[in-house]
Amino acid sequence: MLRDDATVEALQNASHMAEVRGRSLWADARARFFRNKAAVGGFVLLMMIAAFALFGGLLSEWEPDFVDFSLMGANASEGVPSFETGHYFGTDSSGRDLYARVVQGTGISLMVGVVGAVVAVIVGTLYGAIAGYFGGRVDGTMMRAVDILMSIPFMFVLILMLVIFGRSIFMLFLGIGLISWLDMARIARGQTLTIKNKEFVEVAVATGVHPLRIILRHIVPNLLGIVIVYATLLVPNMIIFESFISFLGLGVQEPNTSLGALISEGASQMQYGVLWQLFFPLLFFVFTIFAFFFVGDGLRDALDPKDR
Amino acid sequence: MTKPILSVRDLSVTFDVRSPSAWPWTPARKLHAVSKVSFDLLPGECLGIVGESGSGKSTLARAIVGTIPSSNGQILFEDSDLANMDPRQRRVHRRDVQMIFQDPLAALNPRMTVGEIIAEPLVTHEHGLSRKEVKRRVGELMEKVGLLPGLINRYPHEFSGGQCQRIGIARALILKPKLVICDEPVSALDVSVQAQVINLLISLQKDFDLSMLFIAHDLSVVKHISDRIAVMYLGRIMEMADAETLTTTPAHPYTQALIASVPIPDPALEKARPRPILEGELPSPISPPSGCAFRTRCPKAQPLCAGDRPVLEDIGKGHFVACPFHAPERALVAG
Repeated sequence: MLRDDATVEALQNASHMAEVRGRSLWADARARFFRNKAAVGGFVLLMMIAAFALFGGLLSEWEPDFVDFSLMGANASEGVPSFETGHYFGTDSSGRDLYARVVQGTGISLMVGVVGAVVAVIVGTLYGAIAGYFGGRVDGTMMRAVDILMSIPFMFVLILMLVIFGRSIFMLFLGIGLISWLDMARIARGQTLTIKNKEFVEVAVATGVHPLRIILRHIVPNLLGIVIVYATLLVPNMIIFESFISFLGLGVQEPNTSLGALISEGASQMQYGVLWQLFFPLLFFVFTIFAFFFVGDGLRDALDPKDR
Repeated sequence: MTKPILSVRDLSVTFDVRSPSAWPWTPARKLHAVSKVSFDLLPGECLGIVGESGSGKSTLARAIVGTIPSSNGQILFEDSDLANMDPRQRRVHRRDVQMIFQDPLAALNPRMTVGEIIAEPLVTHEHGLSRKEVKRRVGELMEKVGLLPGLINRYPHEFSGGQCQRIGIARALILKPKLVICDEPVSALDVSVQAQVINLLISLQKDFDLSMLFIAHDLSVVKHISDRIAVMYLGRIMEMADAETLTTTPAHPYTQALIASVPIPDPALEKARPRPILEGELPSPISPPSGCAFRTRCPKAQPLCAGDRPVLEDIGKGHFVACPFHAPERALVAG
């Protein structure tokens, strides 16, 4: 086959001169993540649970706070999960539709987990990065403050807060936000200590880049891998934590609910032959937490291919 | 005589060393990484600094760039003393002194594109440049250092060592600095790439009219690029002369030993030449020998050497030697 040399050369030049979009380390990590079947499974499951929490209410035939007085006391026989009555998951002890309640509870549990993780990521990362980068006395003061906060029995403080300021979701978020960033700050600080001795940080210092800009542009992006992994593993912890508070009766208040509150309620009704009241909330709880752990593991493998 | 662009006077850098088992109140021991170093660098000149590992070359470079605080002495850059300046003032002065690092990949932030890396000094020091203008200048410089401007959106891990070093060079030059400090810029590269990078540095030095401080442990590399060479040992300058004089007629026993250890790529010559072998190791910089630092390994050492520290003395034509028993000796040099 004959080729026009000039065209070939022009083509070669064009392909060299074109601005190629580089594959960032993030893109590499994404590709690795999507090759991991367990992680993708967890991710899909998580998306489905999120969709359930957001749009599941549209399929419900009952309002979550509608009390069917005719079912009271006859739960075991009348409130059985069935498509005919429209109670897909049955009813709870006060005759409310359990499906609608689980939708609501899943939403609130996810929100608690995500808010806790977001606060942890933003506050904890910046706090830890600043402490680690400046080092010396700044580091000492900031990390001792974290140590002191950690040594306070936060459950006690949280209960006190809920009692003094009233029991509300906002107070719960505040309480979870206050404690969730402490571990993250320690992790971020430890990582910063290794990153700040890398040559590219020294280059930035030698160039005269402002310290805060060094933290935001050079240190935080290199921390983010570990932080994201930790955050995905933190979300289920937060959900469990919220469930515990709700189990104690201090968390989410009626008519709102969370998975923890539903499980607690279901557990107390076990002996009356209404096991679905425990089964459905528990199912969603376990699936959510499993999904987060799988995604977290997948992210860790994807972002840190060396440490597998 | 032209006025030097950089005058280093009696510069010392010490580090505090605490042993892990020491009590908090025991005073730290001092490690003298750089000890009373003085030299001048003329505009447009390239001064090579050689010495074995641990001789304080890199510490000297970092003290001049300002990433390590100096403990004593002055660094006069265009009449302003960089060593005794508060951090804010110092940051403004950094644009004129840039540095090229030893490990090309480690010196580039893996999360930033090449374009962002090269543009960083520009964005830091020249505010209010439009994005287009920044990109144009980055592209221009990439071409100058031999990179295709189309690679601007790539990430450092997609490049070879030599290319990474070119990126590092582009970043150092984008502000058109007056002084560039190269800290072993080629020792992490393989030999064929070393030659390319060295030649690139030489041509850029002419183009940008740069003064350079070139640090390496490989004498043949330094000789190729430098106008003058200083030899360091244990944080002190032992000998300083123009490149030709220093490599052909070294006067200090340490320089002579150093040159004798450079292999000659001719087996016959290599076998024939006498080999003064340096015995022992570099003494600890925590407790350097009294007097001349080299006396513990010097073949010409005499009892007198343990007394006062020998000063750098001019033995003619700008040839400085810190040894009272210096005797220029013809050396066989490779290349």
